[in-house]
Amino acid sequence: MEFLLNPWPWYVSGPLIALVMAMLLYFGKTFGMSSNLRTMCAMGGAGKFSDFFKFNWKDSIWNLTVVLGAIIGGFIAVQFLSNDSITDLNPATISELTALGFGNSGETLVPNELFNLEAITSIKGLAILIIGGLLVGFGTRYAGGCTSGHAITGLSSLQGPSLIAVIGFFLGGLLMTNFILPLLF
Amino acid sequence: MKYLKFLLVGIVFGIVLVKSEAVSWYRIYEMFRFQSFHMYGIIGTAIATGILFLQISKRSKIKSIKGADIFVPKKEKGFTRYIIGGLIFGLGWALIGVCPGPMYILLGTGVYSMLIVIAAALVGTFIYGLLKNKLPH
Repeated sequence: MEFLLNPWPWYVSGPLIALVMAMLLYFGKTFGMSSNLRTMCAMGGAGKFSDFFKFNWKDSIWNLTVVLGAIIGGFIAVQFLSNDSITDLNPATISELTALGFGNSGETLVPNELFNLEAITSIKGLAILIIGGLLVGFGTRYAGGCTSGHAITGLSSLQGPSLIAVIGFFLGGLLMTNFILPLLF
Repeated sequence: MKYLKFLLVGIVFGIVLVKSEAVSWYRIYEMFRFQSFHMYGIIGTAIATGILFLQISKRSKIKSIKGADIFVPKKEKGFTRYIIGGLIFGLGWALIGVCPGPMYILLGTGVYSMLIVIAAALVGTFIYGLLKNKLPH
């Protein structure tokens, strides 16, 4: 049981993510999580404002069910499949983050400095979560996919556009982590 | 009941992403600082396995549950939307450490402030819908 409760190594996790993609393809669907944001906008009546949201969202209920499952999966993983082990980060990462003001790196999945009650009730903390969410929601739709749709599914099916998108993901990520984050903290 | 299989796929997805630590903000930070192989290993083996699956299913004529060929829809041709849209997403991904799957998974792990991120992501998608025809693609 211990191997289940410990963090899973990358060479087990990667193929299991591919299995998720394969199962959805076998069920006649495509793996893509960011589409759900568009579906939820359509459900909320966004079609009144843009044709982009005028489609039959009922055809995407299967994908919203995947979202529901993902929430349940997250719950199961921390409640029943965890032993509170600490993320085995590079010591260099930990000391860098300590210098930026992030304590206890790796003890939680997300930093308290960004996600706890104190953070989200401060103007800066709230602004970071909102700006981050806006960038993710806008960027994935502009690019037509996210990590699941482009990086996993698109690259697995050897598609050029997905490679361009993934290069974009990394350019943006490198820019944020290496140049913008140090200015924010 | 036809949705049960999708619920199960989602549960597997959620468990794998937590246990692999791919939902960890710290792992994303570490990846973009090139301080760990972990995330590259996950993404690399996922793609390698995915390529293998798609090539085998093409050659062995594995059919989907509906009897059709296993098929990944082709992305539209283009450059601008992929590089600019990708870059914008990357900025957000590295800032808050979540992409559109982990935001729900982390909510399930008890990070309730993720609701703010999800709401903002919905607004971001809505803004894209409003601006779509004015943006270069």
